[in-house]
Amino acid sequence: METLGRAFADALGLLWGLDAALLETVGLTLRVTLVALTIALVLGIPIGAAIGLARHLPGRWLLVPLIYTGMGLPPVTVGLFTYLLLSNQGPLGGLGWLFTPAGMIVAQTIIAFPLVVGLTMAAVQGVDPNLPIQMLSLGATRRQVATVTLLEARVGVTAAVVAAYGAIISEVGAVMLVGGNIEGETRVLTTAIVLETRKGNFALALALGIILLALAFLTNFAFHRLQVHQGVR
Amino acid sequence: MTSAYELTDIRHSYGDRCVVDIPTLSVRSGEILGLVGPSGAGKSTLLRLLNFLETPTTGSIAYAGAEIDGDVSLATRRDVTTVFQRPMLLRRSVAANVRIGLNLRGVETKDRSTERWLDRLGLTDLADAPARTLSAGEAQRVAFARALVVEPSVLLLDEPTGNLDPYNVGLLEEIVRSDSAERGTTVVVVTHDVFQARRLADRTGLMVSGRMIELAETRAFFSTPQRPETAAFVRGDLLM
Repeated sequence: METLGRAFADALGLLWGLDAALLETVGLTLRVTLVALTIALVLGIPIGAAIGLARHLPGRWLLVPLIYTGMGLPPVTVGLFTYLLLSNQGPLGGLGWLFTPAGMIVAQTIIAFPLVVGLTMAAVQGVDPNLPIQMLSLGATRRQVATVTLLEARVGVTAAVVAAYGAIISEVGAVMLVGGNIEGETRVLTTAIVLETRKGNFALALALGIILLALAFLTNFAFHRLQVHQGVR
Repeated sequence: MTSAYELTDIRHSYGDRCVVDIPTLSVRSGEILGLVGPSGAGKSTLLRLLNFLETPTTGSIAYAGAEIDGDVSLATRRDVTTVFQRPMLLRRSVAANVRIGLNLRGVETKDRSTERWLDRLGLTDLADAPARTLSAGEAQRVAFARALVVEPSVLLLDEPTGNLDPYNVGLLEEIVRSDSAERGTTVVVVTHDVFQARRLADRTGLMVSGRMIELAETRAFFSTPQRPETAAFVRGDLLM
């Protein structure tokens, strides 16, 4: 208990005097998270919406459980898979992405993508099934029906964004394997916490943990404001 | 008198079940045509065919003098709209729901038409309210406003006042009558309520089991029905 108390006090001190290395770790964390999140959303939302709208899609009986399984992929397994993919002998070894932020983004995107697809699909399926025919009757094209449906499902789609963001920013196993936790290059908040804890630098580890939580909270607070605003209309 | 629709040898089936079987039907431009009949008579299916939401299994539909074959053009589709019994309103404000048809058409909504229709349907005070909080009567008024704001040539009504109170029924019937009179809108109204057909329609047709049993001027339909089924339906007997 005493250790925790002292660590907490020291952590606050460290936060007060944010140093350059810490800022760099925070910066890389945000960069990797935002790029992976953006890719996962750009690919995942249209695919999730398409599957949600195509209620009679052949092979759906297999596809949907596969997506649900993907939503719970063990990150460390994804890390291993990405590692093998990007290693020198791997099919994508030529890219030279192992132990780089790009490799970490690949792993994070693989983790977040099924979450976005699955939750978007569920949100779209929750929309009133009468919407398509009534919108068509009002002169919508097929594409406009899809857009209106996604907008109707926006509260659920925001939940998909939140879940993907949370999965990426808090993930440690995959980025540890693929990134290698190299200081100044691939060290992010989660891997830094693991390292500092192992070294016995509890204050620093705790300070990093507080920053991680603060980032998660601030972003989720913003998303929630957005959801509340959307729910009214 | 010109025709809005000419239907020839229309048969429409779901699987083995033929739900609409109409050898010939002409809907006159600018008329209000009432369709009555028991549930499952194919009335709503016929409306979906007239709105080009489904393609008949066999037979042909001519719209405004032009044969419809294969894909219906977007312009033709946007000439016709339906008000359904249970309107699906979007999670947006009342005004945004009324505007949706204009948005879909990429029409500038700076003109006053949205405000005009809100006003005509007594919705001005609710313009900024979330549409999902409305009563059934208010919601159906929004559905009429969003249908009429795009100034359709044909307005299809599928049990439009099915479970509304007399005040809203009267208001909406008056809107239909005046819009048809002012703009020459062709109206096809499907209703369980024979009295609604009597109040509203120029001609009335009775559909049973997918067939048009009798179609006549409304006055004649009710006063001198030619078929025993019509006479029974007008009397209020149950038709199976």
